[in-house]
Amino acid sequence: MTELRTIRTAAETALAEAFEAARAVLPGDPEVRARAFDAVAQGLPHRRVEEWKYTDLRALMREARPLAQVPGEKDIAALRAAGLPLGDVDALRLVVLNGTLVPELSDLDRLPAGVELVPLANALATAHPLLKRLGEAGAPGDNAAIALNTAFVSDGALVHVSEGVKLDRPLHVVFAQAGAGHAAYGRVLVVADKGAAFDLIESHAGEGAHQTNSYVEILAGDDTAIRHTKLQTESLSALHLGTLAVTLGARAKFDSLAVARGSAVARQQVFLTFAGEGIEANLRGVSLVGGKRHLDTTLLVDHVKPGGISREQFKAALEGEGRSVFQGKIIVRQAAQKTDGRMMTKALMLSDSAEADLKPELEIYADDVQCAHGATCGALDEEQVFYLMARGLPRAEAEAILVAAFVEDVFDTVEDDALREALTAVAEEWLAARN
Amino acid sequence: MLSIDNLHARIEDNGQEILKGLSLEVPAGQVHAIMGPNGSGKSTLSYVLAGKEDYEVTEGGATLNGEDLLEMEADERAAKGVFLAFQYPLEIPGVGTMTFLKATLNAQRRARGEDELSTPAFMKLVREQADALGINQEMLKRPLNVGFSGGEKKRNEILQMALLQPKLAILDETDSGLDIDALKIVADGVNRLRAPDRSFLVITHYQRLLNYIVPDVVHVMSKGRIVRSGGPELALELEARGYADYNEAA
Repeated sequence: MTELRTIRTAAETALAEAFEAARAVLPGDPEVRARAFDAVAQGLPHRRVEEWKYTDLRALMREARPLAQVPGEKDIAALRAAGLPLGDVDALRLVVLNGTLVPELSDLDRLPAGVELVPLANALATAHPLLKRLGEAGAPGDNAAIALNTAFVSDGALVHVSEGVKLDRPLHVVFAQAGAGHAAYGRVLVVADKGAAFDLIESHAGEGAHQTNSYVEILAGDDTAIRHTKLQTESLSALHLGTLAVTLGARAKFDSLAVARGSAVARQQVFLTFAGEGIEANLRGVSLVGGKRHLDTTLLVDHVKPGGISREQFKAALEGEGRSVFQGKIIVRQAAQKTDGRMMTKALMLSDSAEADLKPELEIYADDVQCAHGATCGALDEEQVFYLMARGLPRAEAEAILVAAFVEDVFDTVEDDALREALTAVAEEWLAARN
Repeated sequence: MLSIDNLHARIEDNGQEILKGLSLEVPAGQVHAIMGPNGSGKSTLSYVLAGKEDYEVTEGGATLNGEDLLEMEADERAAKGVFLAFQYPLEIPGVGTMTFLKATLNAQRRARGEDELSTPAFMKLVREQADALGINQEMLKRPLNVGFSGGEKKRNEILQMALLQPKLAILDETDSGLDIDALKIVADGVNRLRAPDRSFLVITHYQRLLNYIVPDVVHVMSKGRIVRSGGPELALELEARGYADYNEAA
């Protein structure tokens, strides 16, 4: 039965108006944008849509900001002066400021052999062949965050890493914001040919009450080895919708670590497809929530082929009236025999008024698999607190050590010292502020 | 050193009384063993002395060198020199063993108004003590007690004791889960720390440990009280006859 809804929220009205205004000026095929926008034309998803039950976007997104202007020299100079996020991490940078790729701040002319990069706006304007591969990772186009990105995206990059190319420095996509009151949409597609190996970092930062929507897609061929890190430290008044969609070829190895510390409302979603045999993927995340903030991590891991190993470990530490949502689903298709999937999610409640919603799910159609999921939610372990106090640590210090350990435990496997230190610093900053 | 007088304590949650008028004097420099059947309240005594919050003292008292222990938080007792070697040392993922050792040592020094140790001085100190206990550097790099074997955990407890130099060390069933080699290492570690200004309360179910850590006095605990005290020969008698007499008599 079709649901009739005649009353639009202010945000929904503004989105429709913004789309009418933007579609004429944005590059690329307007029909692609219009089809995408159809998915949200009737309104934003709300709590009666299961996928959005705990993150009622219709209620949480009270207004829709107008599309950001192309950043000017002043904005670029200001960002340069302020320093890029993860500045100590030696990387090849792609800076997407307010949704526009900024060559002056990026390392486009320093790309190593075997790496090709096309700014997305150029590609859209010239119907570049790589455009055809957008969406190949298989994430649902009618997902609201993805639909909005497809409808409004202004710029980003298409990156092609050739067969066997191993990068000694990470690619770092910096999604930055200048000013406030705008919406910025950026999209990055990374195509990794057979045997390619590299690290990909995406960082999201910026002051002000902006709205950001990023869509990073990775098409990883056979025998690739990719490590992905996402750091989200947007303004505490921002709205962040971030999608990562990945498809993996045979024997690929994929690691992802997502650290979410910023924004008033954030939904980060991951769609991961095991499209070949013998893949290993390891997904981890930490959400640091305080104040009245809302952080959602929604994960869909789809084992299509046999012999895949997936590990998911997601943690949230909550203070104040913070709310964290974890929805994690592992699908094991009938052909995906010998799949080994383990998902764990933990919420550490540091306040009586915080809320954590944990929804791990397994959907298994194969009969020879090992799958498990677990979820825990609780305060600090008093036995551990006593152990530390019995060694002379005052209660406050003992608790601080345990909270830090809960969070930073996840960083142990980060090999890049500068990156690990930067992530730890973000956690320490939250631990001190607890907001 | 340690003076316990008519101590009554109950579990806060359910009000069940565990310690029922326990009295005990441990003079400076002595090693006292407490033996007793399961459920006699041995571990509760160690927790109450160390300051665990799950217990409520309803009567009696306990002092260390004349200072009222029961008024202090667990960390304050530690700074005053109380050390509890846990029967089941806790695993704390994410906290490096070295980080933990340094934090505890410096917290106690701060509480006593002493300067914090420099990192080189701390490292030297740890290395010396760890070598003596057969604890390798690799183990110290791991998160606290995570993935440690039973023996490694107990050796790590003794390492902490050696670093913190307590006045009163309470060893709660430190022998449980140890094979004979590990037991000897742990006992040697304890014996090295025996000193005229340091006392030990060794809680154990079995006499075996007392072959290696020879006590000055052995107490038998039953149903929350000390029911008999004697020399080391009392432990041998218990080993031979079991605790049946005390279960029935008490």
